[in-house]
Amino acid sequence: MKRTTRNAALVISVVAISLGAAACGGPPDKKDSDSTTKAASATSAKDLGGMKALVEAAQKEGELNVIALPPTWANYGEIIKAFGKKYDIKVNSAQPDAASQDEINAANTLKGTKRAPDVFDLGQSVALANTKMFAPYKVATFDSIPEEFKDANGTWVNDYGGYMSIGFDTKKVPEVTSLNDLLGAKYKGKVALNGDPTQAGAAFSGVVMASVANGGSADDIAPGVNFFQKLKKAGNFLPVDPTPATIESGQTPVVIDWDYTNAAETAKLPSWKVVVPEGAAVGGYYYQAINKDAPHPAAARLWQEFLYSDEGQNLFLGGGARPVRADAMKSDGTLDEALFGKLPEVKGAPVLLTEAQTKTAADYLSKNWSKVAG
Amino acid sequence: MSRGVRRLAPALGLVPFFGYLTIFLIIPTIAVVVGAFVEKDQASLSNIKALGDNVVLRTLWHSIVLSAESAIIGAVLGALLAYAVVTGKPDGLLRRTVTSACGVLAQFGGVTLAFAFIATLGFSGVVTEAGRDVFGIDLFGSGWLFGLKGLTLVYTYFQIPLMVIVFLPSLDGMRVQWREAAESLGATTWQFWRYVAGPLLLPAFLGSTLLLFANAFAAYATAAALVSQGSPILPLLIRNALTSEIVLGQSHLAFALALDMIVVVVIVMTLYALLLRRTSRWLR
Repeated sequence: MKRTTRNAALVISVVAISLGAAACGGPPDKKDSDSTTKAASATSAKDLGGMKALVEAAQKEGELNVIALPPTWANYGEIIKAFGKKYDIKVNSAQPDAASQDEINAANTLKGTKRAPDVFDLGQSVALANTKMFAPYKVATFDSIPEEFKDANGTWVNDYGGYMSIGFDTKKVPEVTSLNDLLGAKYKGKVALNGDPTQAGAAFSGVVMASVANGGSADDIAPGVNFFQKLKKAGNFLPVDPTPATIESGQTPVVIDWDYTNAAETAKLPSWKVVVPEGAAVGGYYYQAINKDAPHPAAARLWQEFLYSDEGQNLFLGGGARPVRADAMKSDGTLDEALFGKLPEVKGAPVLLTEAQTKTAADYLSKNWSKVAG
Repeated sequence: MSRGVRRLAPALGLVPFFGYLTIFLIIPTIAVVVGAFVEKDQASLSNIKALGDNVVLRTLWHSIVLSAESAIIGAVLGALLAYAVVTGKPDGLLRRTVTSACGVLAQFGGVTLAFAFIATLGFSGVVTEAGRDVFGIDLFGSGWLFGLKGLTLVYTYFQIPLMVIVFLPSLDGMRVQWREAAESLGATTWQFWRYVAGPLLLPAFLGSTLLLFANAFAAYATAAALVSQGSPILPLLIRNALTSEIVLGQSHLAFALALDMIVVVVIVMTLYALLLRRTSRWLR
């Protein structure tokens, strides 16, 4: 942490001088629009004159528009608060419960207005299908993010991820150890999946997990659909969209969802336990990107810097999500080990789907999921 | 003022209405129709062809069954209620209470309605809990409330009052003299209903049923708030096509699905208009 600050200070002073020189030459009345376009095309803090200049530019914009960030999801509530407080920037959080595609739709319909989202946090398929809408940007900590979790130019970078898990209320249902436990009579009308797998990334990965646990693989999602058919036939599949409210009120005693969303419930409901089924660890990382038409380009870039800073990454961890820089931070000693130790244990090699595998599985699901959901 | 201007003046008053109609009905309809025949910025029939897909056909069928069921239940119960109201005093308390309650309840839909049912018949709903504790029966089952059966029940909730509102005028149009005339000619009650009132009211009844059908067919918000698993009816399939983060690039399929719905509603409303013409001939 200290090292980065000192480096940043050096960069700032160097760039401040060159900036000063540049400012002397340019026509003074154009300065304002210049700084905006400059931020909009900056691919790193350096392009703007370092962190300090970035912070100043962002503060001048004064606001940041985020979208589809539920406060209980990966600790976004705290992250938004911490960012706003640290930089004195007003964060406008729109449609917190929206899906990834809604983010892209909003960016398209609100394009050119002050309300358009500045940054995206997207599921894999939506992110990779829309890279044309992103502005490449490398955060200061870009090099410590593993290769497989970022685009080489910084067009998108994975921010946090986790594993598919089963959360359950020990007061309402017997201990769950494997996925097939859920087919038992004690779970009648109690097993919920977070969303419709033909619509939402979390539910989609839930079906992949069911597949892997039942002899399927990243290439073959059919056993997962069969599992949910059996679950439905047993009368155990509960067609309710789980939310913190349904979990706390006991409406959804078993929830298949990302481990970080499930783990976040334990804080509020101590009898809530989370397991990642052994041998069926299905991982998924979210994709963070900047809207290339961001109305607050500097604030958008500062937001990225914040998310990938040690502070931001540990905040994700605070929400039970696995920060993308976890390994590097662990060796630097900046990782919050106490929080990291609380994450559900993962046994067996994790399965991560490639873009092509996701597409094949999605095609199969769109044709066959109606067998389960009717 | 010249004569031309004077003739135009009343039409001027309609400008806001037509402006409204253009922006919120005509332009979106054109956009939907055109959009349905486009794919990847080119004219294409691929989305129209996709309407023949099994999933789409089954969803369309579900939508029609749901709308028909809730319309028929709503029409029968609503007509009975309306009749009960008409036989009472014209400005009595019963009539005033029922009509104003129906005016409110017919518009009660969307998230609030869905929540009302979840709070009563959901997993920890008031009625479900009572059924469990007092009678030892499981009303919740495997969550039928969140599927097609639940939608039928919930839709009926706003269909009955709507039926009362649209059917009441027809019942009011029935004249006491007709009944007196029939009776003085020796008709029994059954004969009066079979040969006089029935044929007179049937077109109005069928017309109102069609209106209820269209009302249920186009309803979205209630279903969206209640159903999260699967897309059993067309409006939800359209939502899925627009917002799915798993299957991408289906926005023009959504247009095609909307076109599908427009076709059904146009057929239903045409029948409605025909029936209405027949009804109004008698009940003036």
